[in-house]
Parts: sequence; C-alpha cells; structure tokens
Amino acid sequence: MHLDEIYQEIILDHYKHPRHFGKIPDGQAMVDEENPTCGDHIKLNAAVADGTLLDVVVECAGCAICTASSSMMAEKVIGRPVAEVRDLIARFNGMMRGGAELSDDELGDLTALKGVRKYPLRIKCCTMAWHGLDAALNQLKA
Amino acid sequence: MTSVLPFDAEAFRARFPILGQPVRDGKPLVYLDSAATTQKPVEVLDNQRDYYTTMNANVHRGIHRLAELATEHYENARVKVARFIGAPDPRSIVFTRGTTEAINLVAQSWGRAHLTPGDTVVLTAMEHHSNIVPWQLVAATTGAKLAYIPFTPEGELDLAAFERLMQGPVKLVALTHMSNVLGTINPVESIIAAAHRAGAVVLVDGAQSVPFMPIDVAAMDCDFLAFSGHKMMAPTGIGVLYAKPALLEAMPPFLGGGEMISKVTLESSTWAEIPHKFEAGTPNIAGTIGLGAAIDVYEAMDRDGARRHEEALTAYAIERLMEVDGLILRGRAARRGGAVSFSIAGVHPHDIAHFVDQDGIAVRAGHMCAQPLIRQLGETALTRASLYFYNTRADIDALVASLLRVKRFFDRAP
Ligand SMILES: Cc1ncc(COP(=O)(O)O)c(C=O)c1O
Repeated sequence: MHLDEIYQEIILDHYKHPRHFGKIPDGQAMVDEENPTCGDHIKLNAAVADGTLLDVVVECAGCAICTASSSMMAEKVIGRPVAEVRDLIARFNGMMRGGAELSDDELGDLTALKGVRKYPLRIKCCTMAWHGLDAALNQLKA
Repeated sequence: MTSVLPFDAEAFRARFPILGQPVRDGKPLVYLDSAATTQKPVEVLDNQRDYYTTMNANVHRGIHRLAELATEHYENARVKVARFIGAPDPRSIVFTRGTTEAINLVAQSWGRAHLTPGDTVVLTAMEHHSNIVPWQLVAATTGAKLAYIPFTPEGELDLAAFERLMQGPVKLVALTHMSNVLGTINPVESIIAAAHRAGAVVLVDGAQSVPFMPIDVAAMDCDFLAFSGHKMMAPTGIGVLYAKPALLEAMPPFLGGGEMISKVTLESSTWAEIPHKFEAGTPNIAGTIGLGAAIDVYEAMDRDGARRHEEALTAYAIERLMEVDGLILRGRAARRGGAVSFSIAGVHPHDIAHFVDQDGIAVRAGHMCAQPLIRQLGETALTRASLYFYNTRADIDALVASLLRVKRFFDRAP
C-alpha cells in the first residue's frame, strides 16, 4: 500500500487531534454543509473584526482528509487579514482542481494534502472546509 | 427444463472479463460493490456487440428488415422479463431507465391520479432515496402524507408499528424487498396481504432482491415491482416497472411523445395500448435486449446453487469481519442478502474505502443513498461490502486482510 502518499503522519495528527474544533449546536452554525456523495458533514463559524479573521470554529464528522484539511485550514487562516484569506482560499481550491501549485513554504502543513490531487473522488473531502469558510466570509461581508 | 450443471462460482466468475483485470499497479481486482452495480458476463457483452452489428434500428417504426429484427428482439425481451418474474401477461412490463424511473412513474402517474389530501403513503425507514424522494414530490403536490415503518436494532421492520399505521387512511405502501444497506429481506408477502386487506396498493422495490432470488409476482401479489437491469448483469440505463395490467390501463401517461400515442391532432391525443403508453420516445433498445441476454444467463444457471453460494459467502464474510477489532456490523436480520455494511471505531468509511482500494478492493463508503437509515444508526456514513454470485472466499479473505492493515495503521498513528 502506498498509504504514506496521502495519509502522512501530519494528516493523521490533525485527524486525531483536530485544532480549532468545537461542538456547534444545531441551528447555530453559519455554514452547515454535507457532501452528498460520502456523508462528510461540516459545521463552521467564523468571526471577523476590522478586516481580520479573528476565529474559526469547525465541527466535522468526516474522513481523515476532510478533518485534517479543516484543522490545518483553521490554523493557517486565524489572525490573518480577510483579503489574504480569501486569496488563499481561491488559490488552494484552484490548486486542488488542477490549477497552479502553491509553494510548500506557503502551505506549511497543508503541503501534505497535495497528494490528494491524484484521487479525483477525494478532492471534495479536501476542499469542503475551504468552501465553507468562503461561504461564512460572504455572510459576514453581507 | 434441460439439466443444469451445479453452480460453480469459479466457472461463473470466469465469464466476467473485467474481474480478471488488474487495478492500481497490477493488483488483482476484488470487486465487492455489486449492490451498486454488477459486472457483465461475456454473454451480455457479446449480445451488445451483436445487436449493434446485426440489427440496430428503431423499434415499432419502419417496416424494413432491421426494424423488424430489432422490434422482435425488443418485444421478446419483454416476454423474457415477464416469465422471469412470473408475470402472466407481458403487457404488465414497462421498460424504464431503472428502478428510480419506475418508481417516479408510479408516483407521478398513479400517485397524482389517486392521492388526495389526507391520504397516507406508507414507506419504511430503510428505503433507498429513490423510494422516498418521488413520494415526497408527489405528496407536496397532492397533499398526501408520508408515514414510515420503523426498523429494529437488528434491522428488521417493526411489524407491530406497521399494523398500527395501517389503521389510518393508507392508499399505498411502498417498500424495499431487500435493503441495500442492512441486507434485510423484508416479509413482503405478509405486508402485501395486510395492505390489501386495508384496501391499499403495494409497490415493491426489487432493485436488490430480483438479482438475488427468484421472484414470482403472481404469488407475491404486489401491485407494482420496480428493478434495475444493471444490478443483474445487464447494461446500465434499462430497468423495469411491473404493474398489474388493470392498474396500468387506468393510469394516465407519465411522459408524452412518440411511441406512446395512438392518434395525435393539434388539439389532443389518444394513447397507445399498455405498456407502450408508458414508453414515450425511442427506448433503450440495446439495453433492453441486453437485459434479455442477462435473463438467459440466469435461466441457464443453477439458481438455487448460486443463491446458496451467496448465502454461505455472506455468512463467511460476517464471521471473518468479526476478526477486525472495533468493527460493528450494521444489520443482523435473520433473512438477509449479500449487502454487508459496517463501521470500524476510529476509522472513517471514506478512509477505509480509500485504503482497501489501494489493495485493489472495491467497496462502497458513504450513506448509500439511504440517509434516513444511516442517521437512525447514529452514523453519517458506513462501509459496505456487497456480494454477487461471482465472489469467492478469496475476495473476503483479501478484504479482511486489508481491513486488519487499515485498523493497525490508524491505531498506530500519533
Ligand atoms: C434498494 C434500491 N432501490 C433503488 C435503487 C436505485 O436503482 P437505480 O439507481 O438503478 O435506479 C437502488 C440502487 O441504487 C437500490 O439498492
């Protein structure tokens, strides 16, 4: 098995110990999304002040890839200017869909998710939290 | 009948070329996703090539030789399907794209004509989405209500609850014969009898049962039976709605167009005789003839032996899966088929399916188009291994070995 390509230690670490996770009561999530093909389920809340993303909380009932991607994303984006975060979301999702690659320096832990691109059916697992965050930021802007 | 050789799984398997094809860097394919769709034997593959090389033409149109041949084979497939499920009259066989379209046909045609506000449609909590959503759509337009027969922790229908539901104004009961998740074979005969006593008609979703066990609609006395060719060795895009002819006669058309009319004027039209009234447009001719070829394969084989093989293999699979620490089997009905769903503590189904796929093993992960059922089990997704007659103990052994590695991998992780 070539497991290590996608199930690297760092992914398993985030899967078993997800960061910025919390229980979000029903009806209190800004974003509540399910992946209809596999049943991955994400709830997400975000808080913004003065153009900065102050906090992200995720509740994820998903696979290792979905959970790790959510956790790494939260670590990456909290405390950064919203404009930068939006740009990262667009470029990360673009990369997962076969677009321009982001540098390992910029991605940090997220680099581990690059391997998922080889498995088209699992790309959605990877991008779900990012789409969720994007939707939450849209709500905050409105 | 001519004598039939006793069922031999290895010999049967050898007729499915795809099963000999390596996947993922040369690993032998272990196909355990037949509840989603079965593979196709050489007889059906050859039949499809033959159809397009010797008789391709539109049916019921034109009088040339090819049209004559295609029409004859198309209608002959209808006769084969009728005989296969014990329907006395081939006019009771309507070809559809599959189970889903067959159920939608009944919901839109029979449902809109018969359901009124206050009527109840009884379903079960273990239905596939294709036997829930069409009824939700028709309930929204007719004002009918939906009620669900619950199932027990073992995965069997709660028949006492069913009896209570039948005290109400029930017009139709629609249920699956065999659950695609739990494997449960439901006691449709007694449910149909009880529903008929209460004046309700019954639709049976045979998507999983028709491929697996002999079905006799006359004995079962269902009013409608829906199933899909692709889950029984036939091509995709062909399915069947069986309905009692008197019901079909009284039902308005579902789709309008060519083929289904008798006479068309600019103002109005009259309908063709059943079943053609329900087959608007150019049908899936090759698929229909391919379904006939698949039925020929069933009829030439030792079906009892095949079924016993699958039952023994299901029991073996369940026994061996129990070797995996933390594995919880979902569905322990006494009467069951070869869909075996489970969860493993600490490993998400999606990850399980991905891992075993690296070993060339095809299983299903997700909600299996039965979200209400999965939710009732307190899960968001499950893993399912599903069997067909061509599977062997070697397939199960490969799965269990792979699952043990998955489990070790996740247990060892930080
Ligand atoms: C029990 C059951 N009902 C209905 C369906 C729907 O069949 P189809 O997708 O071929 O229309 C399936 C399979 O997907 C099934 O397992």
